[in-house]
Amino acid sequence: MVRRILPILAGLLWASSAFAADVTLLNVSYDPTRELYADFNKAFAAAYQKETGKSVEIKQSHGGSGSQARAVIDGLQADVVTLALAYDIDAIAGKGLIPPDWQKRLPLNASPYTSTIVFLVRKGNPKGIKDWDDLIKSGVSVITPNPKTSGGARWNYLAAWGYALKKYGSADKAKQFVGDLYRNVPVLDTGARGSTVTFVERAVGDVLLAWENEAFLAQRQFGKDKFEIVSPPLSILAEPPLSVVDKVADKKGTRAVAEAYLKYWYTKEGQEIAARNSYRPRDPEIAREYQASFAKVELFTIDDVFGGWTKAQKEHFAEGGVFDQIYKN
Amino acid sequence: MSELQSYLSSARDDLRTEPRPVRIVIIAIAVIFLVVFVVLPLVVVFAQAFSKGIGAYLSALSDPEAWSAIRLTLLVAAISVSLNLVFGVIAAWAIAKFEFRGKTFLISLIDLPFSVSPVISGLVFVLLFGGQGYWGPWLQAHNIQVLFAVPGIALATIFVTFPFVARALIPLMQEQGTLEEEAAISLGASGLQTFFRVTLPNIKWGVLYGVLLCNARAMGEFGAVSVVSGHIRGETNTMPLLVEILYNEYQFVSSFAIASLLAMLALITLVAKTILEQHLDEGQQPRGD
Repeated sequence: MVRRILPILAGLLWASSAFAADVTLLNVSYDPTRELYADFNKAFAAAYQKETGKSVEIKQSHGGSGSQARAVIDGLQADVVTLALAYDIDAIAGKGLIPPDWQKRLPLNASPYTSTIVFLVRKGNPKGIKDWDDLIKSGVSVITPNPKTSGGARWNYLAAWGYALKKYGSADKAKQFVGDLYRNVPVLDTGARGSTVTFVERAVGDVLLAWENEAFLAQRQFGKDKFEIVSPPLSILAEPPLSVVDKVADKKGTRAVAEAYLKYWYTKEGQEIAARNSYRPRDPEIAREYQASFAKVELFTIDDVFGGWTKAQKEHFAEGGVFDQIYKN
Repeated sequence: MSELQSYLSSARDDLRTEPRPVRIVIIAIAVIFLVVFVVLPLVVVFAQAFSKGIGAYLSALSDPEAWSAIRLTLLVAAISVSLNLVFGVIAAWAIAKFEFRGKTFLISLIDLPFSVSPVISGLVFVLLFGGQGYWGPWLQAHNIQVLFAVPGIALATIFVTFPFVARALIPLMQEQGTLEEEAAISLGASGLQTFFRVTLPNIKWGVLYGVLLCNARAMGEFGAVSVVSGHIRGETNTMPLLVEILYNEYQFVSSFAIASLLAMLALITLVAKTILEQHLDEGQQPRGD
């Protein structure tokens, strides 16, 4: 019996290594980009094969942006990282795996696609949610993940803060506003996708604060007759950045492919894939083409309002920061 | 005389069993509990897996990513079960047949993985083998990948599952004592002969029992493996990890199809466990007094 099973097992194990591309890249990414990179990887592999005659296979790993950065620091052999926010790549750079000036190596803050934060509500918008102010009303239950672990959640938090700061004019009032908002949050999931599942599948909450692309995806998956997207008039410009992990790529000898991979985002084809997956493209021509897909939202950047990620992280999300203060009360 | 006897026996019945309605209520509560917490979830897993027909179910299982997860799970289970088999028998032998200082301490050490949260077990290996850990830099310099690859997943699984075989054998071997071994040795058998001819036949059902539980846990482990896996698609995702990933990707049929395999493993384990327990009881009867 054992003698008969062993060759079968051995055969199965061997079969896994039977297909080997000329080059293999590992892209360590954040949660909501699964569908985006499934699409992008296929297109890049085809383009690369056409140009160089070499086949390339891109492996994916997805998870909360912060924990993915942590895994790369701990030795996950990522050739490239495509994370939710610059701070997480800064953390990897802080350990010497990436040079500190990484964000200047590619155009547009190394963020070839952008997104923003919108509201996903149930059919007919029963609580009449139109703007940020509606989120702090009593009886409105808001779903958003934990900003300590989730990149998307940090964008959500900063978007709300930026809105309040602009409307009420002072940091104290903004803190009050964001505190009121989090009092309406019944559960903090660890990642953006976890929150979406809580809202969509488990039917908890009246409104989900979500990446625009994540909201569109949920709507596509479950039907427009179940969920509506509400874009607030003012929100944050979320720039998810990407970088080659120099230490790993140099060791594996994959730098050239890895750089070509990231640069492909800046081509018309790359920009089109972003737009098709509901990420806002940077290329003006493609943006015009997909104009109708994205609501007109006034967008502020993290540099304008918060003075960059390092400062925002330290002030708001570090141990004992503003988020800890408001979530305790 | 007979009156007294019947009085005594009925009194004994009264003492032994609760009144009928109480019995019914207690049994009903137990059954309802089982149905709600065990049977219903099992049914839901299979219902979801087959919700789009058998074709969708089969194509979900034949997906390359699913195959890779199944292969990895089998490989990791094979590695950790065989190592823990050797370790468990040796440890149980040492504890049951010999007297030495620190024995109680050794027994509590063996139980350690039962009392530690699996996430902590995973993190321990990150601290040891991670890029910033004790041995990580040396390993990286020598191009040895432990974490986020098969060795790391196997290590974490071995750690989580190592009490099972030892725990199944220790009470059994302690109860059997050392008499038969002493007889064998006094008749001139060598240590190894004694082990394979006397000790092993006595504990074989216990060994199988331990291996069975060890295997079930090895295939089902989530927490520790999740920490050391790195979640590389088609490479370092085990079946339990893939179930969660597919669920989060809104691929409910695929997710529950993999989950149904794990559920079937659980059912097979359950049946095998019952059979083994019968053998264990029988094996012990002749020795009883």
